[in-house]
Amino acid sequence: MSILVKPDTKFLVQGITGGFGGRHAQLSLDYGSQLVAGVTPGKGGQMFADTVPVFDSVAEAMAETGATASAIFVPPPFAADAILEGAAAGLDLVVCITEGIPVRDMVEVKDALKDSTTILLGPNCPGVVTPGEGEDSSGGCRIGIAPGYIHKKGNIGVVSRSGTLTYEAVWQLTSRGVGQSTCVGIGGDPVPGMTHLDVLKLFNDDPETTGIIMIGEIGGTAEEEAAAWAKAHCTKPIAGFIAGATAPPGRRMGHAGAIVSGGKGTAEAKMDAFREAGIGVAETPSEMADTLLKMM
Amino acid sequence: MKRHGVRIPPGEPATNLDEAKAAIAKLFDTGNARVVVKSQIHAGGRGKGTFKDGFKGGVHLADSVEDATAKAEAMLGNVLVTKQTGEAGKQVSRLLITSAENIKSEFYVAVLLDRALGKPIVMASAEGGVDIEEVADKTPEKIIKEVIDPALGLQPHQGRKIAIALGLRGRLIGQTASLLRALYKTWHECDGTMLEINPLALIVNEDGTEAVVALDAKMSIDDNALFRHPDIVAMRDLSEEDPLEVEAAGHDLNYIKLDGNIACLVNGAGLAMATMDAIKHYGGDPANFLDVGGGATKEQVKAAFEIIVGDPNVQAILVNIFGGIMNCNTIAEGIVAAVKETHLTLPLVVRLEGNNVDAGRATLAASGLTLITADSLSEAAEKAVAAVK
Repeated sequence: MSILVKPDTKFLVQGITGGFGGRHAQLSLDYGSQLVAGVTPGKGGQMFADTVPVFDSVAEAMAETGATASAIFVPPPFAADAILEGAAAGLDLVVCITEGIPVRDMVEVKDALKDSTTILLGPNCPGVVTPGEGEDSSGGCRIGIAPGYIHKKGNIGVVSRSGTLTYEAVWQLTSRGVGQSTCVGIGGDPVPGMTHLDVLKLFNDDPETTGIIMIGEIGGTAEEEAAAWAKAHCTKPIAGFIAGATAPPGRRMGHAGAIVSGGKGTAEAKMDAFREAGIGVAETPSEMADTLLKMM
Repeated sequence: MKRHGVRIPPGEPATNLDEAKAAIAKLFDTGNARVVVKSQIHAGGRGKGTFKDGFKGGVHLADSVEDATAKAEAMLGNVLVTKQTGEAGKQVSRLLITSAENIKSEFYVAVLLDRALGKPIVMASAEGGVDIEEVADKTPEKIIKEVIDPALGLQPHQGRKIAIALGLRGRLIGQTASLLRALYKTWHECDGTMLEINPLALIVNEDGTEAVVALDAKMSIDDNALFRHPDIVAMRDLSEEDPLEVEAAGHDLNYIKLDGNIACLVNGAGLAMATMDAIKHYGGDPANFLDVGGGATKEQVKAAFEIIVGDPNVQAILVNIFGGIMNCNTIAEGIVAAVKETHLTLPLVVRLEGNNVDAGRATLAASGLTLITADSLSEAAEKAVAAVK
């Protein structure tokens, strides 16, 4: 098992004919993932990389290929609409990679999806990887922009708001011979789809996952909420790291959601919540894997 | 706000003394007996601030044309220091001159995003004109909160509920509800992240009637939504921003200047924050946040080095790159070229990890540059801290 996606999950890429989307679509194919369709309105009938058919709509692509998930690479002004199209078509999972979507658009998307069965991951996220059993973890499911080869099939779940910090954690695990069940980037925006808590619940229910690394950063209170739930319900060891202890208040640190405002969302408060919940706190990002392994 | 129907006092901005004189004359000519001259800088605490030449207060009342003109002259071009500007202060290059209203009481109101709910909220308090964070901290029961349905917007009954909670009665209830709806509309249509009115004032008109007016406002706009607001982009005042940050933004680099002496150049916002934290953890002080992004070009890396050394406080540089998709060797070649072209002499600690890292490290070793290399982020941070000690 794994969470969200399995190696045989069929998915499509919305925005496959763009430079960024096309590049990462190719990397997913190279990794051996089941990328079965692309969607770019007006370009239906074309082929991507000679093997992947391009459709005008998500509904059409699903009907023709059986895709159940999607990765969105369309530019920010059109990304909210792409998410809603994916949900309207009935995808199980929409992973929005696009960075720079106006927060008002995401507030409206979140509201529109409140009764939907579609799970939204992101936006502004690296996506999700369930490593495979091949060389350098190939044959897994890679939806998004994470480097595939750093992974290794195994039993640790990783959840993070930051892409590069996810790669750090994954690489530390793989370098120590420890594999991952699924690695999930929830993204750095203030109004995300899945939260730390949503992912934590899935890891807790996944029999294959035996330990969890949860990486957070300043801004909002999602880490605190996840920690409070973990204290009461999570049966698996969790190690955590929070980035941004040295960030000045009121400044947005790269990610739209990484801001301490009105004294809320500090790294200190989040680390305290982690400790209070029995989550092992890595003092530096170099110690994320070791902190977890010591607990297991 | 005026365009969206929020009642504000009559007045005009002024960027020089002639404009100020014209605005002052217009206000007194239209029957106002008293005006307010306000410094316009991107920082709060103006009223209690002090100018560098000793002139006290960034906001002044004046009862005559002469008095108002003298106050405007004293403020324009002068540097105002407030609790939010830091010691350096901010030069006042713009004033707002408005009529002075007869204030009966002051409230606080703001429209902002509640991240946990993913919905807008209106926050209000009868304790206006003061530090709202202090009110929220010490007497949270005095804060009124109303959650807005994003599909419907602020409804009239919600506006009335807030007005009543603020203690307003009679026709002021409906008037305040309308003003709050107009405020929400402003926030929504302009893609605001925060719109704060402090104070929202209950004033007494000359005829003895009462009205609710927005006397002062602070608004921040979502950077990601600027593509649909060319009119707001046109109002951007670059002189209020750090020149190095403006320069960095021109190269698509995410740079925030800090007060320390160890500069960082990192790919990814989370890793960039974590790098700053690691420097602090080992007893150093980061000079900046700098995220060069996932696909930085050689030109961007060079621009990043130039911006970093443009900060005179910088005594060492830490480069931390996790080459996920990017080839570490390409990054290494970019670093070597940038260091040579910018004639960098400061200690440079480089930590490279990821795709094709062996070739990348070999390129650094063969460059002839005196680099300090590190295998992990912790080691890199320790070495950078040692380099400035």
